[in-house]
Amino acid sequence: MPSKSMTAEPPAAAPVIHTGGILTKKARERLAKLGWGIVSIGLFALIWEALWYFEMVNPLLLPPPHLFLQDIPGTLKFFDRSNRIGHIASGGGVIALLTTMGWTTFRVFTGLALGFICGVGLGAALYYFRMLRNVLMPTILLLAPISPVAWLPVAIFVFGIGDVPAIFLVFITVFFAIVLSTGAQISSVPINYIHVARIMGATQRQTFWRVILPAILPSLFMTLRLNLFGAWMVVLIAEAVGVGTGLGQITSMARATFNAKLVFFTMGIVGALGFLTDWGLRQVQRKMLWWVAPAKGGF
Amino acid sequence: MARPAVSIRNVGKTWEVEGRRPVRAIDGLTIDIEPGEFVVLLGPSGCGKSSLLYMIAGLEDVSDGVIECDGLPITAPSAERGLIFQEASLFPWLTILDNVAFGLAIQAEQPERRREIATEILRRVGLGDMLDKKPDELSGGMRQRAACARALAMKPKVLMMDEPFAALDVQTRAKMQDFLLQIWRDSRASIILVTHSIDEAISLADRVVVFTARPGQVKEIVPIDMPRPRNPRDPRYHAYRDHFTELLAAEVDRAFAEQEVR
Ligand SMILES: Nc1ncnc2c1ncn2[C@@H]1O[C@H](COP(=O)(O)OP(=O)(O)OP(=O)(O)O)[C@@H](O)[C@H]1O
Ligand SMILES: [Mg+2]
Repeated sequence: MPSKSMTAEPPAAAPVIHTGGILTKKARERLAKLGWGIVSIGLFALIWEALWYFEMVNPLLLPPPHLFLQDIPGTLKFFDRSNRIGHIASGGGVIALLTTMGWTTFRVFTGLALGFICGVGLGAALYYFRMLRNVLMPTILLLAPISPVAWLPVAIFVFGIGDVPAIFLVFITVFFAIVLSTGAQISSVPINYIHVARIMGATQRQTFWRVILPAILPSLFMTLRLNLFGAWMVVLIAEAVGVGTGLGQITSMARATFNAKLVFFTMGIVGALGFLTDWGLRQVQRKMLWWVAPAKGGF
Repeated sequence: MARPAVSIRNVGKTWEVEGRRPVRAIDGLTIDIEPGEFVVLLGPSGCGKSSLLYMIAGLEDVSDGVIECDGLPITAPSAERGLIFQEASLFPWLTILDNVAFGLAIQAEQPERRREIATEILRRVGLGDMLDKKPDELSGGMRQRAACARALAMKPKVLMMDEPFAALDVQTRAKMQDFLLQIWRDSRASIILVTHSIDEAISLADRVVVFTARPGQVKEIVPIDMPRPRNPRDPRYHAYRDHFTELLAAEVDRAFAEQEVR
């Protein structure tokens, strides 16, 4: 008898183990990812809190999360509702926080978009026009390694205080990387793609728009994504120095007024924004550049 | 007699790459390919078979001689002369349907008409329910059929294939050969196919052009005088196979000997 029930049971039990109940495999993977995310951040916060609890860090210098998240309305007073230069602390509130975040994000994306479009344009022009390449390439190679931050004084001299220097710095962060990789990507487009286009009677222009551009976009987009974090770094510096509004200005003011809580609060916001925008770009990549499998596009 | 579909007259090709010794790939080649004829090019590696296809396609210039299509020298690529590679080279960013409709789009065909033609051709090559798939969702054999469909959509007079089945497994390969004979009969195009497989040559060709080692010249042109489908157990088939094996072995030996001299 027992042997009989044992042979009968596994087939019924096995499928349950395989599907893991009601959740699909994908949903479970997502849930696991989220779970680990919470564990990771939770652990980080916990260690910090423990260090504070055992009085190993000074709460004035390194206030743990529960302290800098405690007085949110107070913290939000430092955020300005308008995008006025050098305007400190009017109103505050959630709307002010969102406005500030929105402006900084706007500067990042405008810079990225302009840098990407101009970078691909110039990169392609350099690839196709020998004369242009001869004239411009040495200068580009000279300028490319200069840190975007070093451009800040130039940006302020030329554009004055305001949005433009911040956008310009983000632009510089991606522009040279895209210019240089565009040529490399075009030359690695499989030659047979171009042969097919030529046999079908495509003009050079058609070949570029319909074959070369789609073939190089995914890896250029990858370059863009890799430079996203760099863009977030320079935008804060630019805002602190050359714009006078935005999250960068808040951080710089917090440092000047020795407000550690505000520093960490803002850092948290910047981290979250960086993460969200990267996630956003990943979605764009998945939806619009679907022909590269995620495995090939990296993490 | 009708005018040949492709007329190759005394053609030579020298590849000149900066910083390297020029390579004489083809020398004094003369072949006529009749309309609707199935010609297979067979020869040792590096004897210029691919180079010849590129020149017929108009993707590369001839160094000497002339290649005429319908009596006119070839100066540029044309959709009338389709070329299929060992890799299907479908565009991964387009669906199968859009890949097949690509040439029609270039020729500014109306969108509905494009869809119609491409769908019809895909159905004919047995990919009727793969229209909206991406190329990387298809097997190697299906991809190669889609590449054929893309070329056929242009109604080519000459269809060239450069080792189209070399990357496929044996079973798929046999299926693809049947498939190819079928589209050849349907389309009435001339086919020029490059292969390393003697069996493939015997199963498919009206005539087999055997090349010498580099620089490639015509060593022998062998008409295959057997009704299709050709049975590999047929004594005539064996005779052809022995003959080609002998011809190729001599050329491969020569190619090796030449490499050693250098
Ligand atoms: N684009 C090119 N540039 C320079 N040399 C080339 C080029 N294409 C081919 N060659 C040279 O021409 C010679 C013939 O090459 P080809 O590819 O035509 O031979 P093949 O008969 O197709 O060889 P295989 O059977 O290996 O495909 C080779 O020595 C090759 O190095
Ligand atoms: Mg070849």
